Amino acid sequence: MSSVALDANVAAAKRKVRQHRRVVIALRIAFGVGLLGSWELLSRTKVIDPFFFGKPSDIGRVIWKWATVGTPDGPLWNQVWVTLEEALLGFLLGVIGGIVFGLALGRIRLLAEVLGPYIKAANSIPRVVLGSIFIIWLGLGLPSKVALAFVLVFFVVFFNAFQGVREVNEDVIANARILGANRRKVTTQVVLPSALTWIIASLHTSFGFALVGAVVGEFIGSIHGLGHLIAFAQGTFDTNAVFAAMFILAVIALVAEFLITSLENRLIKWRPNRRDEVAL
Amino acid sequence: MNGHNRDFAPFVSHYPRARRRRRYDLDEEGAMAQMVSELVARPPIASSSSPAIELRDVTKRFRTPSGDIYTALRDLDITVAGGEFLSIVGPTGCGKSTTLGLISGLTPASSGEVLVLGTPVRGIGDNLGYVFQGDVLFPWKSVLGNVSAGLRFRGVSKKEANERAREWIAKVGLSGFEDRYPHQLSGGMRKRTALAQTLITSPEIILMDEPFSALDVQTRALMEDELLDLWSATSASVVFVTHDLEEAIALSDRVCVITAGPGTVKGVYEIDLPRPRHVAEIRFEPRFVDLYRDIWENLRDEVLVSYERAKQHV
Repeated sequence: MSSVALDANVAAAKRKVRQHRRVVIALRIAFGVGLLGSWELLSRTKVIDPFFFGKPSDIGRVIWKWATVGTPDGPLWNQVWVTLEEALLGFLLGVIGGIVFGLALGRIRLLAEVLGPYIKAANSIPRVVLGSIFIIWLGLGLPSKVALAFVLVFFVVFFNAFQGVREVNEDVIANARILGANRRKVTTQVVLPSALTWIIASLHTSFGFALVGAVVGEFIGSIHGLGHLIAFAQGTFDTNAVFAAMFILAVIALVAEFLITSLENRLIKWRPNRRDEVAL
Repeated sequence: MNGHNRDFAPFVSHYPRARRRRRYDLDEEGAMAQMVSELVARPPIASSSSPAIELRDVTKRFRTPSGDIYTALRDLDITVAGGEFLSIVGPTGCGKSTTLGLISGLTPASSGEVLVLGTPVRGIGDNLGYVFQGDVLFPWKSVLGNVSAGLRFRGVSKKEANERAREWIAKVGLSGFEDRYPHQLSGGMRKRTALAQTLITSPEIILMDEPFSALDVQTRALMEDELLDLWSATSASVVFVTHDLEEAIALSDRVCVITAGPGTVKGVYEIDLPRPRHVAEIRFEPRFVDLYRDIWENLRDEVLVSYERAKQHV
């Protein structure tokens, strides 16, 4: 095939890829508009009860009011920041703790054998219940929410890190040892990078858990935060305000997801590109 | 292929030179005498004091998951001289890889003695290289990072390690690929990287566990030639495990046949073919064919035993 024809083919293939991407974006927008539009329509025509189900336009109005005038608890940004701070701290501590324990138990067999049953038992506790205990212990402020977010994140990251360590190719470790790596170097320079795929995969779910921890903690007992806003709205049967807080939480989760994905791409750029290929 | 594999030509910077030298391998019988004298002129660099590797009466047993004891090797006696290239052939599951594990210190022997460079093996030795069967490059490291890893683990500064790694990358014909990750390389290129990764630490003992078994036939012959080239520039002893008798004869000074498991030495054959060799063409030498027939005669029974056993297990 002549190179001109080949170039034309490549150009056509690229065009096809771009076109596909445009179609996907258009469909996404159409889906969102359709969903919100039909919700609005059904609510306005009273097919569904606006009192129970709210209305997108009213939800938007609530968010606007919170952002400009303020929430019942004070300025919106304060509430967002309170929740975010709790979630982030719990997330960070949980991730660090999970990685450290995952590596330790993954590498030291005896430790895993001794502590294994206890960790499984601890994991089987419905951990949200711990929220009550943390509030009794640590009060209504930030520490109790961080503690709840921590326990939720810790186990997710821990089990993934542990599994990741166990999945490391034995021959790759043997190779590193033959090449002169001592035990510590094997752990930090071979096992950790190798388990990183697993660990990072767990970050996606675990940030969601950190938010759950913070919000549920606020729900159980607090004076600030998005969870408190939701609890307050629930008390006044303000469906739109519940949805408004939910929407803000969803935006936070989406932004976090985006950041984690870019961290992932940066940290494991060596991985084969698994992005789905469009048939050309 | 016979050196005309264009796909590989750009990666093998020194290929023309190597080819030229091998050229007279193929010449008429007249050159034969010259070659023999060359062979003699390349003395095995055996240190007179002790052999490079000695396995004395070695037995290795494993505990199977069901709790049984499985004997992989029984009363194994193998000696490898300094600078010697020894191949171990045997049917599947005869404990070939286990033997390498014992020499490397990755797995301890159940009984018997394993000596490397005159000293009993306790843990992993310093001057030992191991090329594994599978892909054991660090997938998160680039070619440069992989090749320099051994030096970095041993505490060489990053600058010096990278410098020497670049030299080795050039030696295995991968210049220009330093920043690639393993998954971006072909199987042959990954093996080149693995060779450089092992050889950069200048090991005196090189263990190879079916290193080329996953490669296609052309790439394989090319890599075998390259291995002989690289090895001939060192004084290292090689233990090369393979199930491919042709490969074993083409590469080795001696071939050791192991029985179907529990493995023990069934026979050792001197391969008196002249070096330097061109593996793709040496197979047509009458002497090669004779050796092959002799050894195969011996190996066949073991292969049949192992095959029958495998059938019973299914």
